[in-house]
Amino acid sequence: MRLILTYFIGLIFGVGISISGMANPAKVINFFDVAGSWDPSLAFVMGGALIVTFIGYRFVLKRPAPILSASFQLPNRRDLDLPLISGSALFGIGWGIAGFCPGGALPALGTGQPEVFIFVAALIAGIFSAKLMQATRARRAGAQA
Amino acid sequence: MFETAFTPFQSLGGGALIGLAAVLLMATLGRVMGATGILAGLLQPASLPDWSWRAAVLAGMISGPAIVLVLTGQMPAVQVPVSTTMLVIGGFIVGIGVTFGAGCTSGHGVCGMARLSPRSIVATLNFMITTGLTVYVIRHILGA
Repeated sequence: MRLILTYFIGLIFGVGISISGMANPAKVINFFDVAGSWDPSLAFVMGGALIVTFIGYRFVLKRPAPILSASFQLPNRRDLDLPLISGSALFGIGWGIAGFCPGGALPALGTGQPEVFIFVAALIAGIFSAKLMQATRARRAGAQA
Repeated sequence: MFETAFTPFQSLGGGALIGLAAVLLMATLGRVMGATGILAGLLQPASLPDWSWRAAVLAGMISGPAIVLVLTGQMPAVQVPVSTTMLVIGGFIVGIGVTFGAGCTSGHGVCGMARLSPRSIVATLNFMITTGLTVYVIRHILGA
């Protein structure tokens, strides 16, 4: 029951991404190409998503707990550190090169187009490489302590 | 250049659905609708219940284009104006970036910004700037 509901939430996200244009690298790159073939559509995606989430979260997060789980799992860090800054900068470079972000690419898998699978395979390889780097750094820090 | 049509209404409507999904996932499971976090947890499962909700969300996401096809008679457009090499390099860099940066457009850009999280606001501004600079360099300086 819980999984069926979760499936439908994923489906709403997937339909939203699909009709918004976020799954289309040509539109994504054109959004950022202000000096060239500029297409401002994606500002509307961000605007629509933010308005709904901002208002919806006000109501949801006022409740003591979510409906199907014991507690809200919210990231609570507030510090700005080097991994956050360098990681988000790198993400933007990759997004500008390929035109896909993870949230755009995962629903786009459903179109069956081979380019999406190539991007997602490289994305997964990047995630595993970064996890390996993080684990190595943590081990080294542990050995020094 | 690869022109695309300006689609304010579809984009606003699609964005509202993305937001609705984020609100529903928080209301039911108490989780952030971040593609990076959901995918990372799928790749390194912590427990079966933790893995299964992520798998269900992913299955739903992947079904999105088929529903659009049924409703509109057209598969959503996925036009890729870059080479396979660029897809691989870009995908790999995105994977490293979102792991160290702990989020992407959905997690930081939508869910984190909606909570006014300082980390998410900084991350979002940061990647929007570097994406813009990257596109400018590739299209207008390298001329690709």
